[in-house]
Amino acid sequence: MDLAILTERAQMLHDIRDFFYARQVLEVETPALSQAGNTDPAIDSFSVDIGNTNTNSLPLLRYLHTSPEYFMKRLLVAGAGDIYQIAKVWRKEEQGVRHNPEFTMLEWYRIGFSYHQLMREVETLLLLLLPCLNESSCFITYQQAFLEKLNIDPHSATHTELRCCMQNQAIDIIGELDRSAILDVLMTHCIEPHFAQDRLTFVYDYPVIQQALASVAHATKTALPVAERFEVYSGCLELANGYQEQVDAVVNRAVLQQDAAMRMRLGKTTIPVDELFLQAMEQGMPAASGVALGLDRVLMQRLHKERLEDVLSFPWTMA
Amino acid sequence: MATYSTNEFKSGLKFLLDGDPYTIIENEFVKPGKGQAFNRVKIRNLKTGRVIDKTWKSGESVEAADVMDVDLQFLYADGEFWHFMDPNSYEQVAADATAIGKNKLWLKDGAICQVTLWNEVPLYITPSNFVELLVTQCDPGVRGDTAQGATKPATTETGATIKVPLFVEEGDTLKIDTRTGDYVSRVK
Repeated sequence: MDLAILTERAQMLHDIRDFFYARQVLEVETPALSQAGNTDPAIDSFSVDIGNTNTNSLPLLRYLHTSPEYFMKRLLVAGAGDIYQIAKVWRKEEQGVRHNPEFTMLEWYRIGFSYHQLMREVETLLLLLLPCLNESSCFITYQQAFLEKLNIDPHSATHTELRCCMQNQAIDIIGELDRSAILDVLMTHCIEPHFAQDRLTFVYDYPVIQQALASVAHATKTALPVAERFEVYSGCLELANGYQEQVDAVVNRAVLQQDAAMRMRLGKTTIPVDELFLQAMEQGMPAASGVALGLDRVLMQRLHKERLEDVLSFPWTMA
Repeated sequence: MATYSTNEFKSGLKFLLDGDPYTIIENEFVKPGKGQAFNRVKIRNLKTGRVIDKTWKSGESVEAADVMDVDLQFLYADGEFWHFMDPNSYEQVAADATAIGKNKLWLKDGAICQVTLWNEVPLYITPSNFVELLVTQCDPGVRGDTAQGATKPATTETGATIKVPLFVEEGDTLKIDTRTGDYVSRVK
């Protein structure tokens, strides 16, 4: 445990709160334990036995949130306006040099912002928090990134073409991969490692199969539809993931139900779909963009540390 | 059969892949915030020594390999096999030339060395970091050649040829580093 790291974390949190205070974005807190969980098949929630509290027949299991997204969107529906939250989040089995199952996330929502405007705001904040970065950030679409490095169009390539591309890159994979997983392999193994080390890279306009709760820009005469999503990297370290938020209640319900069905097909733990979130969406969510940023990783970059556990007060094994 | 899931991967883990025993050298957990998790792993084939990179989709599992390290005493070589004995149980195993490899140059009768067994058959051996061997053949140092660091070849009782300082003579016992094959010192 290093006192300088605690001090630096405190300073970073202070800088973030100053940033949002100046912009009149309201800091909020939402519950960590929820009756419903995240149905995303690639993210696993911790469940907590809350004991028999014997009150209004609520479920006996609750889930530690994997991001405060659902709660914050309920606040947006309730008219909270621009909001941010600094929250601990929990993701089961995510452990490694750059992962800890419990980590700190900064999530914020801007009413009326386009995702492009939000990318610029993320850039401003990150350049403030990471003053050592070169200020000329790189902005590139997901498609451009694939065309430049792999000469393949991630939106139109067939499953077989993507598979071939993986083989040509001498990537030897064990396990069945669907289309989205192959794209993830190519991104993490072949594209991310080449991002400029000294600056931010924003990758945007994702394949529709990776839309999650982002809105989708429909096809034009010249372009296939894309999910209005972005990811932010510092060097090749992924820091944030943002959306032009999907405000259509019917689409939100469909995405969550598809995810829940996929979890079942994969034999993963069944997670109840968040009805309270979906009911709120039906009341009408204002047009907004939102982003979630991993603060421990920002601190890693700020302190030039290689391992996430180097910036935690206590690593997972000592917690 | 015991298996390991990818979340149990760590360096040193021994497992089977396509029928061969492997060990993990390096394991890296890779996962986009939204997306599939992978383990990017550097592994060594324990039979051939070859190192390769492989990626597992997280959640997959591998079959454990029955590989263990035991300290055994080297008894003798019969021309085809090298015979070792467990000094506690007196059980014997025989290692073939592939398992012994270049380490035959450091094997002295009676010495203890680490034998890695796979399904109870020796896979490879790891001699002690330092061994003491007798010099059986060595030319006398050339008189007058006193240059610092001058060396000459010497042959040990096990057949190894190593570079030694000029003062070393036949009949001397030398301490040798088996990891590098370098002379360390003369043993009185």
